[in-house]
This record gives sequence, structure tokens and C-alpha cells, in this order.
Amino acid sequence: MATDLFLIPFFTGLGLAILLPLLGCYLRLRDEWLAALAYSHVSAAGALLALVAGLPPAAGGIAAAALAGAGKRLFAARLSGGAAYAVLLLAGWSVAVLLAANQPQAERLGHALFDGQLYFSGSEQLWLVAASVPVALGVLRILSRHLLLAHTYPDFFRIRGLRAWPTQIGFDLLAALALALATMSLGVMGAFALVFIPPWLAFRRARNWRAGLLLSLLLGLAAYVVAFGVALWLDQPFGPILAMMLVALGLIVA
Amino acid sequence: MLRAEALVAGWGKPATSPIDFSLQAGEIVGLTGPNGVGKSTLLAAFAGRASVFSGRLELQAGLRLAVQTQDVPPVDGLPLSGRDLLGLTGASPAGLPPWLIDRVDIRLDRLSGGQRHYLALWAVLHAPADLVLLDEPTNNLDAAGVRHLTAHLHERAGEGCGIVVVSHDAAFVAAACDRVVVLEARDGD
Repeated sequence: MATDLFLIPFFTGLGLAILLPLLGCYLRLRDEWLAALAYSHVSAAGALLALVAGLPPAAGGIAAAALAGAGKRLFAARLSGGAAYAVLLLAGWSVAVLLAANQPQAERLGHALFDGQLYFSGSEQLWLVAASVPVALGVLRILSRHLLLAHTYPDFFRIRGLRAWPTQIGFDLLAALALALATMSLGVMGAFALVFIPPWLAFRRARNWRAGLLLSLLLGLAAYVVAFGVALWLDQPFGPILAMMLVALGLIVA
Repeated sequence: MLRAEALVAGWGKPATSPIDFSLQAGEIVGLTGPNGVGKSTLLAAFAGRASVFSGRLELQAGLRLAVQTQDVPPVDGLPLSGRDLLGLTGASPAGLPPWLIDRVDIRLDRLSGGQRHYLALWAVLHAPADLVLLDEPTNNLDAAGVRHLTAHLHERAGEGCGIVVVSHDAAFVAAACDRVVVLEARDGD
């Protein structure tokens, strides 16, 4: 029983610790790492809104992030240079904090979402992660070449008749949904740390793209496993411990 | 494979004088002229990027195009090797010059500007394509690079590929191209 209590959160986080560092590599490629923070905050706001409305918070968080991911393209022309992510981040943060300040039931969930209480993950979250992560990895693999080609040779990409929007919207949606899923378990900053730091370190060291992905994955997994044990041992919220581990790892490797 | 009649191209407004142009499979045609005459704009019109304001532009149906612009692929800070770059366009490293072949597994942001430029150019030139459009390909290349490129363009054309080259390098154009079209400034410019 006690083992189950810890295994469910462990495997839930493990799935996300596989997906997020890989996703982060493509966000960094596109210079969109701020998207991780934006989608996490929007997802937290969506979860709290759903809770207040009497709906499942996870569904609210995922729906809000998906809406933000798909809708971002509509304003891309007017909100260039990462402005869309800054706007989403601020909107998500303000809604989440105001809901937490004014709704007693939202306050508890708000703390959990921002602190990252992985240990309260249940079997529903584990199943959701177990079903979503392989799909997300498959989609990322399909999009990978187009994302790289669109970045390095945008004219070649277009001249070959490859449409940019399915790749862009597909990736935006994937990032939004993955971040929403991660925010529910790892917390806003825990998810951001796994998206940002492993790719940042891997990009400095790796010799090629495949090695970059592998190194990012290994760094993310190592930090996650250590953080899980340390947070459990010291009885601390998981998100800040994971972020601290990744920052320490970053300082050592960099 | 490509034919233009009295073609006027530009970005937002006409930027070239009317030009007649044609290219057959296996032919290398150079586009030259003074700065600002619209050489790159014309190439962009062939690639479908710039607007056609008047005249006719016809490309053979089903042509696979490859285009090299003067923009350098943004690879600083990315773990992308030369082999990664070639793989993206479907180009093979076979035939690369000796001074580059053993550097193909090194990150692009750790190569010299000339080496990086030649790999980026090679990735386009060697991509599976029927028509290759090159804009100032000799920029950043030393004499050895220009010689290798010239020889390789002839090999590529020998395989049936049509090539249009925009260049201000008169010696390169004379050595590499079967025919040269000189663009003139628009009336009033």
C-alpha cells in the first residue's frame, strides 16, 4: 500500500521527466522556451477556473492550455518576438492568483499547482500520463525534421510545398497540452525547470542534434530521480526541490 | 523547365526591368548586373517568394526546387552538425571537398564562416532537385572553395539539373555558367 502510494507519483513524474526535456529542445530551437512558463500559468488558471465552476480541474487546465496553444497563432502577427507568451503568462498568473485569493477551495489547489505536489498524484493522473507521453513523443518525432528544416531553411521548407501551419499549430498544441499535464503534477516551476535547464545544458555540450536530445533526456531524468528521493526524504514540496536540483546541475555542468 | 517573358518582379512594388529568361534542364545560367538591379528579387520570383507584377513566368509542372538565399542558417548555440544539416535537405556528404569532409561531424557553430557557408550551400545544391536557385554562392568562399563549387556545378548540371546563379563575381560566373543574362536598371532608377 505504502509502495503504491509512492510508485504512482514516481511513475507519473517519470513519464513527464522523459517528455519535457525533449520537448524543451524543440522549444529552445524555436527560441520559445518562455512558452513553458506561459502554458503552465494558463493551465493553472484554467484548472482553478474549472474548480470554481464545479468541473474537473485537470480538464480545465488542459482545455485552457490547448486554447492558448491553438489561439496563439491567430495573434502571431501582432504579438511577435515572444510577446504572445509574455501576455499569456501574465494573464494566466493574474487569473490564478486572483482566484486563489478569493475562493477558499481554489486557494488549496492554487498552492498545490504552484508548489508542485507530485506526491498527491493519483492513478487517474498516472493513466493520463501513461497514455499521453507515448503519443506526444510520437508526434514530436514526426514533427522533428520539419521543425528543424523550417528553422534552418525556411525558404527551402516553403518551396518544397511543405505547409508551415500544420507543423506550427501541431507543435504549439503539443507543447501546450504537455505543459498543462506537467503543471498538474510537477507544478508550474517544476515543469518549467524540466523544459528549460536540461536542453540549455545539452545544447552547450552536445556534438549533434541526436546527442543533444539524449543528453537533455539523461539530465532531466537524473535530476528528477534525485529530486524525488530528496523531497520525500526531507518531506518538502517536490517542485522547488526539482528546480533546485536542476539549478545545481546547471551550475556544475555549465 | 523555366521560362519568363517580359517579367517584372518586386516586393510590394515593381523592382526589376522587364526581362526575358529561359532555362533548360542541364543548363547553368548566370544572372548578373549592378547592385540594386533586382537580381535576388528575380531569383525570389522564380522561387515563388517575390511578386510578379507583369509579364509571364512559367515553371514546368512537378519541378522539385531547391533555393539558397544569402541568409545564413541560424545555427549558433544549436547542437547541429554538418551531417545533421545535410540530412535535413536529403543531401549526401559524398563529394564534399577534402578540407570539409572530415569536419562534417563537427557542430556548425564551431566551424569557420567559410566552412559553414559551404556546408549550408552544399545542403541545398545536393538536395534532390530538378531546379537549383543560388544567390551569391561564392560569398565567404576562398579560392579553393570557388574552384570546387565551379567544378561541382558542372557535375550537377551534367546530371540534368537546371541551375540559376546570381553572382557579382564575374570570374566565377564566366567559369561556371553556360550563359549569362545581364540585368539592367529600371528606367528612372
